[in-house]
This record gives sequence, structure tokens and C-alpha cells, in this order.
Amino acid sequence: MTDSYEEYEAVVVGCGPGGAAAAANLARNGVETLVLERGVDAGSKNVSGGLIYAEESAPYTIDGLFPDFREEATERPVTENYIHNVAGEKVKTFDIGDLHHHDTAWADSVLRRKMDSWLAQQVHERTRETGGGLLTEVHVTGLLRERGEIVGVTTEELDPIKADLIVAADGVNSELARDAGLMDWEEPEEWFQGVKAVVDVDPAAINERFDVDADDGAAHLFSGDLFDGVRGGGFLYTNESSLSIGTVFHLDSLAEEEAEPHELLDSLLTHPLMAQWLGDEYDEREYSAKLVPDSKKAAHPSPHEDRLVLVGDAAGQMQAQGPIIKGMNHAVTAGALAAEAFADARSRSEPHRAGELYEKKLHDEGVMDKLRPTRYEVFGRLGELGPVDDLSNSVAESAVGRFGVRAASGLLERAYSSPTLVSMIPDTKLPYVTLPTVIAEELGERVEDENTVSPPDLADRIGDLTYDVGDPHIELLDKSFEASGTAVTACPVSAKDFGGGCYRDERVQTNGTEEHLVSLDTQPCVECGTCAVVADTEWEHPAGGKGVEFKQG
Amino acid sequence: MRTVVLTKGVPDFREGQVSFDEEGHLERGKTPTVMNPNDKHALRAAFQTKVRNGGQVSLMSMGPPGYEEVLQEGMRDVYADDLYLLSDREMGAADTWATAMTVASGLQKLDEEPDLVFAGFKTADGETGHTGPQTCWCLDWPIITHVLSLDIDEDERTVRAKRLVDGDISEIETVEAPMPCFIVADPEFEPTYRRASHRLKHKDLRDETQARAADYEDHLTVWDHTDLNLDPDYIGLDGSPTIVAGVDPIPKAPSEREATVIDAGADEGMEQVLDELAPYAAGD
Ligand SMILES: Cc1cc2nc3c(=O)[nH]c(=O)nc-3n(C[C@H](O)[C@H](O)[C@H](O)COP(=O)(O)OP(=O)(O)OC[C@H]3O[C@@H](n4cnc5c(N)ncnc54)[C@H](O)[C@@H]3O)c2cc1C
Ligand code: SF4
Repeated sequence: MTDSYEEYEAVVVGCGPGGAAAAANLARNGVETLVLERGVDAGSKNVSGGLIYAEESAPYTIDGLFPDFREEATERPVTENYIHNVAGEKVKTFDIGDLHHHDTAWADSVLRRKMDSWLAQQVHERTRETGGGLLTEVHVTGLLRERGEIVGVTTEELDPIKADLIVAADGVNSELARDAGLMDWEEPEEWFQGVKAVVDVDPAAINERFDVDADDGAAHLFSGDLFDGVRGGGFLYTNESSLSIGTVFHLDSLAEEEAEPHELLDSLLTHPLMAQWLGDEYDEREYSAKLVPDSKKAAHPSPHEDRLVLVGDAAGQMQAQGPIIKGMNHAVTAGALAAEAFADARSRSEPHRAGELYEKKLHDEGVMDKLRPTRYEVFGRLGELGPVDDLSNSVAESAVGRFGVRAASGLLERAYSSPTLVSMIPDTKLPYVTLPTVIAEELGERVEDENTVSPPDLADRIGDLTYDVGDPHIELLDKSFEASGTAVTACPVSAKDFGGGCYRDERVQTNGTEEHLVSLDTQPCVECGTCAVVADTEWEHPAGGKGVEFKQG
Repeated sequence: MRTVVLTKGVPDFREGQVSFDEEGHLERGKTPTVMNPNDKHALRAAFQTKVRNGGQVSLMSMGPPGYEEVLQEGMRDVYADDLYLLSDREMGAADTWATAMTVASGLQKLDEEPDLVFAGFKTADGETGHTGPQTCWCLDWPIITHVLSLDIDEDERTVRAKRLVDGDISEIETVEAPMPCFIVADPEFEPTYRRASHRLKHKDLRDETQARAADYEDHLTVWDHTDLNLDPDYIGLDGSPTIVAGVDPIPKAPSEREATVIDAGADEGMEQVLDELAPYAAGD
């Protein structure tokens, strides 16, 4: 059979920003490129906040690779950014415009279905000229190996395909990265979980409520005590005719607190502060969720093996720059650098050295230092390990600490806007919960507005999503509550005492003893990946075109 | 590879499209005409040969001028390259025999002899399944019916097909025939594209023909009986030996089960359901 395998010079798996950038740059270098995407349409599986940044220091940006991008594929340029520190109904707002604009050529809000479908169309046209092209509804299941070496990919829908370069741009739940043994799903500390609602709002109302022009937008971030002590925060971005409102939490913290992600999102949606932006009518277009890697811990320092390179979320290249989330831009840079590395290696007749060159470029171009800042390794880690966290107590408990907060208001606002300082933030409650709460208590003002929003319940949210249900794609290996019970709360479409959803806990009587078990129904799954980490599962994506289909993303 | 697919326009029997009068007779005037659904399987089979082996797929039909839209549908939905309509008054009211004579003449008039001719399995209105085999008989070609999948060997000029024996899903055989050959695609025919290059080509060809469907007239050839050199006595109504003695509507089956209607909103409704079901729960 071997010699009847199809062969392309490059196969790119996934057509999110990372895959699109890789494919575009491969095509530009005349490399015959096949792109395989599992969704019915690129973007139908993808979720982000999302603000896509174009960094001045980046060697590649999305509009550099796709000149009409901002015109065709984005929502609004976002020029203002605020963080709201919340304690009960008291709020202290800091303008973090400096952080937002630092190293930023531009930043636009996006909805992924629209963005990725547009990119995919461009990618198809360009790669088709190289003799390849883009195919949707193809689920790549793993790596093709010959004598132990990675030489291609296997898929559910097509016969195996060989290639000189395999770009795994298959996102946070990359099956290829796991197959290669480069990434794993073991540590909740390495991940965030993002949950989002897209809310319909008339464009004119957006302009008025946010005091922006028709072609301008705003970003608002939220932290403090409104999330039951779970480490993380909320966001609100203006789109053309909708708002993207969501939360991003550390997965270990969500798991520890047994928090229900949809309820935390509702805490944000129903906070009085939101009333001014949401108005009286609340029309949720879509509820969605996805894991987000934390590059500080998850970014692979050497993301390649044989002919395989990992780019974007698949390699953990998702930077939380303080409260600002930068994943899409790094996926673009990495994708384009991987392509450049292959083109270089090929021109030296050493195509097998592409991975090595790619790694070097990631370091030389400064991408790696953004993803895994040395400052964090030194100071942030220290904070997590102990001594610095005592600060949290002294700030929160002591009168001196509180006085300091009052006295240092202006300084704090600047601190929040400092790229250097935010890159050192440790993953503890201090920066996420304690400090914002104290800031709001000491400096904040009470919000008088009444929020009348009542978000849909989970059953309605699931009911409104589109699914093409295929075979079950996740297997629960250990059904005991001990091993897999966390998924009942952490799964964004499951909840304790909710009859529907994916995970339910059950008490089963056997021979007089009661067993506490977990059951799984993958039908309403939104493929976020959470249970791959917090439960004992055999986790795979559904077959091409099957599963959930996001219309907004 | 030159392939031709034969098709017919039939009343659109789908719910919401079809109209019947009070006596249960089809109202042709009120029911739109569409491509015979089974013929789409034939066209998909032909399209698969084009994707895999290259060449050209033509769609041919005999019928009134209104069939042009049926042909356009074939171009838009199932990607035919060019269209042939055999149409004039003399051909009207033909039975399957006279139709086969006409269609076979149409096939013979093509510039280039086809390698494969495809027909669908039965039409949704006549349901005879005769026209295809009779056309093949006129051409004196081999025929393979109930075809589920095909492979073509261009060098050997043979076609190898999996087919249902006696149209029964429980028995499948593989047969081989020399080309030119006549193929009747089974409704179970599923084209498979397991190679990326085939899927990419499929996409290209789809986009190409869909764009072309808007100007389908530029790709349409209409032939009347003089073009085909046919004697009016042997085609249309005059050339049709079949006499339909009468058509009996199939009576509606009487319902066999009794239904009890329960008001789901009323409190006692649920209890009533439980009472009704209780005996069965016991395993009776
Ligand atoms: C709630 C939330 C908010 C976020 N906010 C922001 C933000 O504001 N700004 C920002 O920059 N980033 C944000 N991110 C992160 C950002 O979305 C990701 O970092 C980014 O999408 C990564 O791009 P990628 O190309 O690596 O992967 P993805 O965009 O995930 O694309 C992967 C693609 O691969 C496909 N695929 C996966 N597996 C297979 C397979 N086996 N076979 C075939 N195809 C496959 C998928 O369908 C998908 O199209 C946010 C994420 C979330 C969840
Ligand atoms: S079942 Fe797992 S992958 Fe699916 S939505 Fe729930 S946590 Fe996410």
C-alpha cells in the first residue's frame, strides 16, 4: 500500500489563525500545501474572546499575510481598554490603554466563524495554486509513521497522506501534539477555561452606550470578588452588532472551587455594572467554551519532532499578558515562522531540518520570551511557591496595606498598565481576586444602576446550539466520582443537579454498598477539552463535520 | 472519458410541492417538475468517474421544452458539463419503448461515442425501470444494473462494478464489463472520495459547473426528430406499443390501532398515562 499514499510537500492540520498563516506563507513560497480542517466550515469549531492584536515587534501579522483582513474579517478596531476592579457593588475602574497600546499596531474585535471562514477562502485559493488546497470536514486522527519516524497524517475520511512538513495547527486540544508525545493533558495548572456569550445589540446602541464611533470599539475587563474566589477574570468586547462577554479562569482554580462556569459567566452578566451596556433587552446569540493554554507553563520550548511542527495553541503558545489575552497573534506569527523555516530548509535541500530552524526562529524573533518570560520564571513562580503570597494577607488584612492602596491609586493604575509588571504576575489569588477586591473596597464607588438581565439557563443555551451528532467521541475510562467527578461542575455544559448536559453524577446501589459514579453523554458537548484534563477520559474530536457548529465563535 | 447520464423530469412528489385533486389524481399543472430523484444517483456516479478519471459528463433527456429547467437543475446540483434535450411534438406521449428508441438515437448522434451511459433506477412517476435497459438494448451494449460502486480501468477499457444481486442488499457481487457499457445506478450508490486530490477536484468542478448553471442555455443542445433522422411513426404516441388499460388509485390503509387522546396540560392527564401504561410495565 505504501507507494499508493498521496503525497504533498506540506500538510497543515487546522485552519484557525495559526494554520491559515502557515498555509499562506507556505503558498507564498511555492510549497504544495494541503490544509485539512475538521469543521463544516473553518471557524465552526472555534471560540475566542476575541481581540486580535497586531504587535509592532512581531515578524508576521495577520494583515501582513492577508492584506484585506481588517476590511473583510474583523468587527471593530478596539482603541480603548479598561479594567474594572469589583467588590460587591463597588467598582474602581483603571484605564489600561497603555498596556493595550504597548507594542500594538492595531487590535480588532473578531467573531471566529466570520473571521476563519474568510481566511479559509483565501487559503484555499492560494494553496490551490500550489497544487494543494483546503478541505473541510476532514478529521485528522493521528500521525503516520514509517519505521518509527513521523512521515504524514492519518484521517477518518481519507486514506493516509504523506508530507515533508506536517504543521499541527489543530488548536488547544491538538491530537497530533499528543500523538507525538510533545504535549499532554495532565496538569490543570497549565490551562485556562474560557466561556463566552455573544449578545445581540443594535450597532447604534453600541455606539451610544460605549460612546464610540461606528468604526471604533472598546474593551472592558473585570476582576475582583464577583467570581466566588475563582482565579481569573471577565471580558467584554464590542463587535459590529453584538457584544462578546466572557470569562477566563485558571482550570485548577475552577476545579478546586467546584465552580460552575456558566454561573460565573452569569455573575458577570447580571452585575449592576453591566446594566449600562446591556440595556433592558438581553438576546444571547450563542454560548460557547474552549480551553486556553497558559504559555507561561505550557508553551513547548522545542515544538517539533521529525517532520512535525506545532504552532499556536497546539504548542501552548497562548500568552496571558496580565489581563490581556494574546493567542491568535502568536499563532499567526508561529505559523508563518514555521512556513518560513520550511522554505529556508528546503532551499538548502535539508527539508528535514525545518523543525530545528523553526525553534531557532521562535527564539531569535523574541516570540519565546513573550510566551515564557524570564521575569515570570524568576518572580512569578516565586510568588506561587510561597513568600510573595504573604503580601496578599498583608495587603488585605492590615490597615497599613489598605492605606497603601488608597495612597497609591495612581501608581496602581500605572502598574496595571505596565507590560513588565504584568508579565511577572504570579498565579495566585493576590492579583486576580484579593488586590482588585481591596482596590474596589478602598477606592471604588457604588454602582447605582439596576441590572434586569436574566440570562438563559443551561438547558436553553444548549438547546440553541447547532449539533450534527455523530458517534460518541469521548470515552470515560474511570467512572468513579473520585477520578472524574470534577467534570460534572467544570464542564461548561454540565452542572450539579442538572438533568441534561454531558456529565452527571450518580449514586448506584450495588450489593448493599453505594457507589458514587459519573456518567457521560457526549451529545451536548461543545468540545472545549476541559474533561480531557480534569477527568479520566480517552479524548478525541468528533468525525469531520460532526459535533457542535458555532455560528459566531 | 465521455459519459452521458439519462434523465427525466417528474412531478415533485415531496410534501408541500405535490398537489392532488379531490379524487386523488395528480394535478400536473400545480405540481412542479423536477429531475427524477433516482437519476441524481446516476449523475453522482458519473461525476465520480469524471473526478477520478477526468472527461466530460453530459446530461440527456427526452421531453417537452419545459425540461430545460430540469436539465439546469442537473447542472447546478449534480454538476453536468453539457445538456441535451430531445424534444418536439412528434416525440410526445411516448411509452418506454418509443422513448428508448429516441434516446438511443440521441446517444448515437453525439460527436464522440460515450464510454459509459448511466441511468437511474426507475422514475418516480412511471416506476417501470424499462427505459434504461431498452435503450441499452437498442445500442447493443453490455449493461450492469443495481450498481453500488465502480472502478474504471482506462488502459484495459473495462469497468468493474459492485452490484446488488436481484436488487437485494443481502447479496453483493463484483462484475466486470468492457466499455462502452450501460450502468444503472442503485439508489444506494454512494460516491466515495478517499483521496484529498479527488476531493479538491470535486470542489473545483462543483464551483465551475455551478457558475455555469446560470448560463445553462449556452451549454444546451436541442434536437428534434429530423435532427435525429427518426420516422415519426416509430416514436412518440404512434410508436408506442404499450396501452395503459386503466389506473387504480391505491386505497388508503385503514388505521389499525385505537388512539386515546390525553390532555397533557391537565393534572389528571399524567395519571391517566400512568394507568394506561402500568399493565405493560409489569411485563404483560
Ligand atoms: C473564551 C476565549 C477568549 C479568548 N480571547 C482571546 C483574545 O481576546 N485574543 C486572542 O488573541 N486570543 C484569545 N483566545 C485564544 C485564542 O482563541 C487561541 O489562542 C487561538 O484561537 C489559537 O489559534 P490556533 O490557530 O492555534 O488554534 P484554533 O484557532 O483553535 O484553530 C485550530 C483549528 O484546527 C481544527 N482542528 C482541530 N483538530 C483537528 C483535527 N484533528 N483535524 C482537523 N482539524 C482540526 C479546528 O477545527 C480549528 O479550526 C481566547 C480563547 C478563548 C477560549
Ligand atoms: S464533555 Fe468535555 S469536552 Fe465536552 S463540553 Fe464537557 S468538558 Fe468540554
